[in-house]
Amino acid sequence: MSTATAKKIEAPESDSQWLETWRQFAKHKGAVAGMTVFFLIILMVIFGPMFYTVDPQYSDLLNRNQGPSLERPFGTDNLGRDLFAANLAGGRISLAVGVVSMLISIILGTAIGLAAGYFKRLDGPLMRLTDLFLALPLLPLLLVIIMLFRDSLRGTFGPELGIFFLIVFVIGITSWMNTARIVRGDVLAVKEREFVTAANALGSQNNRVMWLHILPNVLSPILVSATLGMANAIITESALSFLGLGFPPDFPTWGRLLFDGKDFMQLSPMRVVWPGVLISLVVLSVNFMGDGLRDALDPKIRSKG
Amino acid sequence: MFQFIVRRFLVAIPTLIVISFIIFALLDLAPGDPTGNLPLTIPPEVREKIRQSLGADDTFPVNYLKWARQFFVYEPIAWYEQATGNTVPGGENRTRILSWTTRSPVFDLIIQRLPQTLWVVGLAYVVGILIAVPVGIISAYRQYSIFDQLGTFISLLGFSVPTFFTGLLAIIIFSVYGGRTDWIPFLPSVYDTTLKVNSWSSFVAQVRQMIMPVMVLAFFNASQLSRFMRSSMLDNLSQDYVRTARSKGMVERTVVLGHVLRNSLIPVVTLIALGIPGIFGGAIITEQIFRVNGLGALLIEGINSADIPRVQTLTFIFAILIVFFNIIADIAYGFLDPRIRYD
Repeated sequence: MSTATAKKIEAPESDSQWLETWRQFAKHKGAVAGMTVFFLIILMVIFGPMFYTVDPQYSDLLNRNQGPSLERPFGTDNLGRDLFAANLAGGRISLAVGVVSMLISIILGTAIGLAAGYFKRLDGPLMRLTDLFLALPLLPLLLVIIMLFRDSLRGTFGPELGIFFLIVFVIGITSWMNTARIVRGDVLAVKEREFVTAANALGSQNNRVMWLHILPNVLSPILVSATLGMANAIITESALSFLGLGFPPDFPTWGRLLFDGKDFMQLSPMRVVWPGVLISLVVLSVNFMGDGLRDALDPKIRSKG
Repeated sequence: MFQFIVRRFLVAIPTLIVISFIIFALLDLAPGDPTGNLPLTIPPEVREKIRQSLGADDTFPVNYLKWARQFFVYEPIAWYEQATGNTVPGGENRTRILSWTTRSPVFDLIIQRLPQTLWVVGLAYVVGILIAVPVGIISAYRQYSIFDQLGTFISLLGFSVPTFFTGLLAIIIFSVYGGRTDWIPFLPSVYDTTLKVNSWSSFVAQVRQMIMPVMVLAFFNASQLSRFMRSSMLDNLSQDYVRTARSKGMVERTVVLGHVLRNSLIPVVTLIALGIPGIFGGAIITEQIFRVNGLGALLIEGINSADIPRVQTLTFIFAILIVFFNIIADIAYGFLDPRIRYD
């Protein structure tokens, strides 16, 4: 019976807490604008190809290097392929890479941060590991890893999925360090609070204390670093593709479209503008959302109004 | 303090050894063949000998120790010999780290490429700092003013828009459309390294080709730094000592530029130190856009031609720089901030 009443009391409380956070978030004009733009782009990328049914691979050789027109909103490339369709298809991959690698990095960072903060014995080694990763020259290493494993993974998973797994994986395992540090710091602080002592005194297992009592209390920094991590992942993937070491030209992401377009800037300058604007808009809107989320979740700022 | 410095350097050594091991292990898995680029007419037995001389057939630990000996012992000896003209006995057994594609010592390549990187990317860093500090000061001092809001927006824009897009936009504006109309000047989009500055006109040409890469990178650097500068100034402006200084009747100028600025620069200076390794590594993209053949281009060429020794050495040098400037930042913090005592 006691658990039932406890749940009843708990549920509305956590509800109102998130409602309050949302209200704070809605006050931040930049964050709301960012969220609107972000969801518009997501909707466009997901549902766009259903309405704009041009095949991005079909090459119309008579209409090469065309500028934007009513019929072809973004123009065509040097093989006569439709650029609006290519940007829609590329956006799906770019955003998928951003979301999945952000999830990997957040899960990894949270797990390592939780373990380091909660278990004293693991703290030293795990933080040394974090420092070590922070001292690695990441971009060169990413390039090297992709160069080395591109072909073998392509063989096992097929050209598109292989490179997707590879890029998502390498971005994920090279960007968890900041999350781990922030989570560890917060766990160290939360661990000393009374409710954790109480849970321990009641005989809760370590696992239960960690997942049920500590994790919910360090969720807000994790959310903030998730948004920033996503922006970072999208930029990293575009940078890799821009250096020619990302997705192959038949499955172009926004970064790859930039890379392919940069040799045709004299002929069709708008060709690099579209994917560039899309990348920048997504990253900017995600950064604004992160800003708003940080303000909304920070009780110090909130009390100031 | 001295003890702290020594301890930090000693701790850095195992870190660097582990990093060098990771980098080496990663690249040892590479499928690249050092004789892959040689003509097919070379007989197989000769090819085998070349492979052996390049150490391609040895096991991993042997290769690692060989490379470590080359990097930490043979290379410094070679520099010493070059610098002083003395010869150290046993020279015929020492081989320097050779690039597989150019067959010349990797460090000679690095010395050739370093000036371009330092000029373009280093100058961009300096320009970025010079923009960021005053912008940060004014934004913080006039918090929520139009200047502040505009500055915050532009800086958010600056580090959201990746350099590979701002760079291409600049090329479209100044190299494609530039010169067609009177009010946009034409700027070259390719950085010409062979240009020798020996007259006024070549100096102008050098400046013109540096404007775009420097500005693109400086914008990116400045937008990150100015935000830190602003928040650091804001932290200090609300401190008690500022009120004390004002109540003593001190001129506002002295309060802000003398007291607050000096205190707020402390975290910014360490941040600047932490960003210096990025000059060498992070500029890989900018160098690709404007075809500056600096260190980043050297690395990309090495990766594309599977030149393992070159990539290993360069990546490890980047790692050394990161570790080294981390220590420098810590030390700078200790010197600048009297509240921080390491012992």
